[in-house]
Amino acid sequence: MSARDFLDSIEPHFTKGGKLAKYYGLYEMVDTFIYTPASVTRGTTHVRDGNDLKRTMTFVVIATLFCVLMAIYNTGYQANVAMEAMGLEKIDNWRSLPMMVFGYNPANPLSCIVHGALYFFPIYFVTLAVGGVWEVLFATVRGHEVNEGFLVSSMLYTLIMPPDMPLWQVALGISFGIVIGKEVFGGTGKNFLNPALTGRAFLYFAYPASISGDSVWVAVDGYTAATPLGLAANGGLEAVYNAHYSWVQTLFGFEPGCLGETSTIAILIGAAFLLYTRVASYRIMAGVFLGMVATSLLFNVIGSDTNPMFAFPWYWHLTVGGFAFGMVYMATDPVSAAMTNTGRWIFGALVGGMTVLIRVVNPAFPEGIMLAILFSNMFAPTIDYFVIQANIRRRMKRHA
Amino acid sequence: MEAYISLFVKAVFIENLALSFFLGMCTFIAVSKKISTAMGLGVAVMVVQAITVPANNLVYHTLLKEDALSWIGIKGVDLSFLALLSCIGMIAALVQILEMILDKFFPALYSALGIFLPLITVNCAILGGSLFMIERDYNFGESVTYGIGSGLGWALAITVMAGVREKLKYSDIPAGLQGLGITFITAGLMSLGFMAFSGIQL
Repeated sequence: MSARDFLDSIEPHFTKGGKLAKYYGLYEMVDTFIYTPASVTRGTTHVRDGNDLKRTMTFVVIATLFCVLMAIYNTGYQANVAMEAMGLEKIDNWRSLPMMVFGYNPANPLSCIVHGALYFFPIYFVTLAVGGVWEVLFATVRGHEVNEGFLVSSMLYTLIMPPDMPLWQVALGISFGIVIGKEVFGGTGKNFLNPALTGRAFLYFAYPASISGDSVWVAVDGYTAATPLGLAANGGLEAVYNAHYSWVQTLFGFEPGCLGETSTIAILIGAAFLLYTRVASYRIMAGVFLGMVATSLLFNVIGSDTNPMFAFPWYWHLTVGGFAFGMVYMATDPVSAAMTNTGRWIFGALVGGMTVLIRVVNPAFPEGIMLAILFSNMFAPTIDYFVIQANIRRRMKRHA
Repeated sequence: MEAYISLFVKAVFIENLALSFFLGMCTFIAVSKKISTAMGLGVAVMVVQAITVPANNLVYHTLLKEDALSWIGIKGVDLSFLALLSCIGMIAALVQILEMILDKFFPALYSALGIFLPLITVNCAILGGSLFMIERDYNFGESVTYGIGSGLGWALAITVMAGVREKLKYSDIPAGLQGLGITFITAGLMSLGFMAFSGIQL
């Protein structure tokens, strides 16, 4: 019996009048995750494209593929390098059991991949399980559907966690992001902030010790390594060079950092896919990039004797920290970004400019993209309002 | 000059009255359903703030502060315990005068602002601005800058809030949270966004 036949055979239980009608949302979720929905529009329609939420969201998940691979490999690689530097023979937690087979050699790709996977997948599964429970709970009580948007949120949320984030904090963060960031507004498409970033921002202010500082970016207890951006925040470009990071290295992502944010190349491959399939708006991405370049050039020109970040060049801003990840996957969230085309340029430029502003002049946060996107998310409806008003005025003048 | 610019930026963003100090919440939540109305109120608050903070500054420095009365020969008198009372009185009187002037000379603006002007009298963002001015010991120039800046910050916050609430009209909010509940959650999430500025030293 195929899965399709099985789903069809149990469907009567979930439809109206069936024993399990209350759990229709759950049935619907499993069905549409696996198969294309059977419901089609009746009557006359003007179809431009057969695109739907399912395809859009699935494409975003596919676009993160290289980030995930890179996250798994780099996390293990950084951990193995750290262990070699500390002279550790083995780690003292449950991961040592499967790792006995592979060893801890940073030159051995298999060891790096398995070691990284042992950090990536626990976080991912906890996110899926806890977030999934909230989604299904709300869907069941409120009678809406669980859609693929959740797969996107949970994947992006996982990729912006530090590698050895305590799992209960991961659970708490995704709970906040899904419930307060999304479900209290009515679910997918109804929220005004990016749910994954809302969850992360909550953790950032509630548990700063496990998501900022120098000891959380490599998954080995007791090993401190600043990210290139953390180094730059204290000593500018010089400090980054002193720690033997080259620009190409940060471009490929062999550096400590959050799971999926390190490799700019992997992110740009995802960006190319998103732009080719027209899932993400090129206007937002270009706006973020240009806003970042313009603001960092402005700071370069102004200069400062005391703050070395003023002289940080734009191509370094692009590769260090989470800028590229935020630009490609977070700022382009169609729900929380601006909706008008002109508004998208402005929204993007605001994100890029704010990111550099926070990185350079705010000593409290070395990284700015997360708060910059949340900040711009709340300005997005107002930006749209003024764009629409300007359009109305222009057309009235034209037809007056 | 640089000190004034940094004070201005600080008043607008870093120490935003609405989203960092949560002042003026009653009007912030009650009058933020539409962007156009919210902007009208925001402008009104900015004008009132730009007038009352410097006016209170003058009163405080010439009458209330310790030894302030020495210009008429009275020494050793400290009336600063009256500051709270005098600020409230000044704000109420100034708003009343402003209302009459608008009614007489700018009737269109007067009817546009409508009930908001008298409402502003009891807006704690206005009183808060004056009390911050006294506590931080601003001089006259600084008080003008702070008045305009803090008013602009409040206006910005309520406009953005109204934008978000216009968007939330299309949301599907659970029955128990509709109205005030979701508005408070929204204000909280917005202040999370404004945390971007916290920690900037100017």
